[in-house]
Amino acid sequence: MLYREAGDFKTSYVKDSQTFPIKADRMAYFALLAVAFLVVPFIINDYWANAVAVPFLIYAIAAIGLNILTGYCGQVSLGTGGFMAVGAYACYKLMTGFPEMPMLLNVLLAGGITAGVGVLFGLPSLRIKGFYLAVATLAAQFFLVWLFNKVPWFYNYSASGQITAPERTMFGIAVTGANTPAWAKYLFCLVILVALAWLARNLTRGMVGRKWMAIRDMDIAAEIIGVNPLTTKLSAFAISSFFIGVSGALFFAVYLGAAEVGEAFGINKSFLVLFMIIIGGLGSMFGSFAGAAFLVLLPVLLKNLLVGGLGWPTDLAAHIELMIVGGLIITFLILEPHGLAQLWRVAKEKLRLWPFPH
Amino acid sequence: MSNSGDGYMTADGRKIGGVMMEMKNITLRFGGVKAITDISFDIREGEIRAIIGPNGAGKSSMLNVISGFYVPQEGEVWFHGKKRAPMRPYQVAQQGIARTFQNIALFEGMTVLDNIMTGRLTLMKSGLAAQAMWWGRAQREETEHREKVEKIIDFLEIQHIRKTPVGRLPYGLKKRVELARALAAEPKLLLLDEPMAGMNVEEKEDMCRFILDVNDEFGTTIALIEHDMGVVMDLSDRVVVMDYGRKIGDGPPDEVRSNPEVIRAYLGVGHA
Repeated sequence: MLYREAGDFKTSYVKDSQTFPIKADRMAYFALLAVAFLVVPFIINDYWANAVAVPFLIYAIAAIGLNILTGYCGQVSLGTGGFMAVGAYACYKLMTGFPEMPMLLNVLLAGGITAGVGVLFGLPSLRIKGFYLAVATLAAQFFLVWLFNKVPWFYNYSASGQITAPERTMFGIAVTGANTPAWAKYLFCLVILVALAWLARNLTRGMVGRKWMAIRDMDIAAEIIGVNPLTTKLSAFAISSFFIGVSGALFFAVYLGAAEVGEAFGINKSFLVLFMIIIGGLGSMFGSFAGAAFLVLLPVLLKNLLVGGLGWPTDLAAHIELMIVGGLIITFLILEPHGLAQLWRVAKEKLRLWPFPH
Repeated sequence: MSNSGDGYMTADGRKIGGVMMEMKNITLRFGGVKAITDISFDIREGEIRAIIGPNGAGKSSMLNVISGFYVPQEGEVWFHGKKRAPMRPYQVAQQGIARTFQNIALFEGMTVLDNIMTGRLTLMKSGLAAQAMWWGRAQREETEHREKVEKIIDFLEIQHIRKTPVGRLPYGLKKRVELARALAAEPKLLLLDEPMAGMNVEEKEDMCRFILDVNDEFGTTIALIEHDMGVVMDLSDRVVVMDYGRKIGDGPPDEVRSNPEVIRAYLGVGHA
């Protein structure tokens, strides 16, 4: 048997609290990292980068961000699109305002600015919960999109109202702009995703994560054992918004290249990322990745199958595709309300005993 | 401390110290309803103090006043010889007061271990950045506190469910995990709101043993609310009796048991 937990004993608490306590998991993780860094960049082409890899990496960052807020801290947010727009516009203003600034710094600063905005819109969470908070964050979504449309300073008074990413290089290779090679886009996003995912994982397995989950599971009990609801909720908003801001910056600068706020960062984006974490699994790092992969890959897969495989007309395929994705989401939620992460967990528990039923 | 000099010896020979917490003329109203009327009592260092009374007597409200959920309209709370300003529950927790709830308030989505680790958060100091890097102080601290938590897990005999999500546990074990979480904070004063409610005889015996052991081994002062009179009379050093928001008795169990007002409140007398 390749995958088993039995006999994998831990002899220290450090080893017991590591991210992948099971040896097989750990090896699979390192193997995956090695392939992602050492193999994929050499074989990736424009189609794979633009249709699959880059959107997956960017949405994974957004999904981790929203999962921190909604999945770990229990604060429902429908403002993801708006916060991504903050990241995108902050990145644009930094890129055009300070042409000498390294691109990585631009992206991180854009995340930092979004974190500030997120804290501001997180303030209502101290008084309201659940659906009411969702409505408050919905207001953020509409307000931010309106703001970036209405105030010309944000799009540098361009006639079209669009923002366009100028070319920026890292180590002499373009990472934004029209001349960016596919592998550079991919690697740039991958490095950021891996670094941020590592930070998120550390936060969620430590005391910060426990505070968030305590607030999520029972806020009164959390307060009674010493969790300060103010700082805990706002830290979740800040860190979540940082992730979402970074993903917005990458989405605009690396993936789209040019964006119009209502189209790129509308309410649809908020729902898309929310669906990702619901389908993937709330409060699970694996779920963030799985959900992003599911919703990015499924449409591509269906399109290839229907148009390429069955030869259907493109417009018909596009409509059918929407219906199938929608249907699958509903089926999934009925079969496994806790998402792909739970399926994965159950599968692992079964594997422990396999081939015996008990 | 003002009253720290005096103390008393219990029947089983433990020495009880000075006053740790003093409630002075507490009155708590919800709109027109008086939940607590002018109650004063004290809790001494090292003792097991029980609060009893019929349903609706205001016992839980009293505990909520101590733990900061309710701010009384009148009266003062003194802790360690200092008057306590009105504060939020998390600030009360930081002062070293931990509690459990009548209907369990655990974090259902987290494992037993994480629940108990959360209890130690007032004792952990590493910042956000260090934790994000999982490096140096943050990792050291995590391990140190894990060791302490493992001692509590051993003490309460819940090793086998360490990694189980709390939502899957039976009621009796949940109660024990909640006690573990409160103990993890190394409280000076431990408040237990009906720790034996809904338990069978065996579970009650276990819980009694744990409460006595906590008091004995860690020297923790305990204030508890309980309905099972046998348990209260056996466990506690002194008992406060409440009825309709008023204090009708206060003293050692034997004295309280023979108090005519207490008998009337519990058994009722004919209105001849």
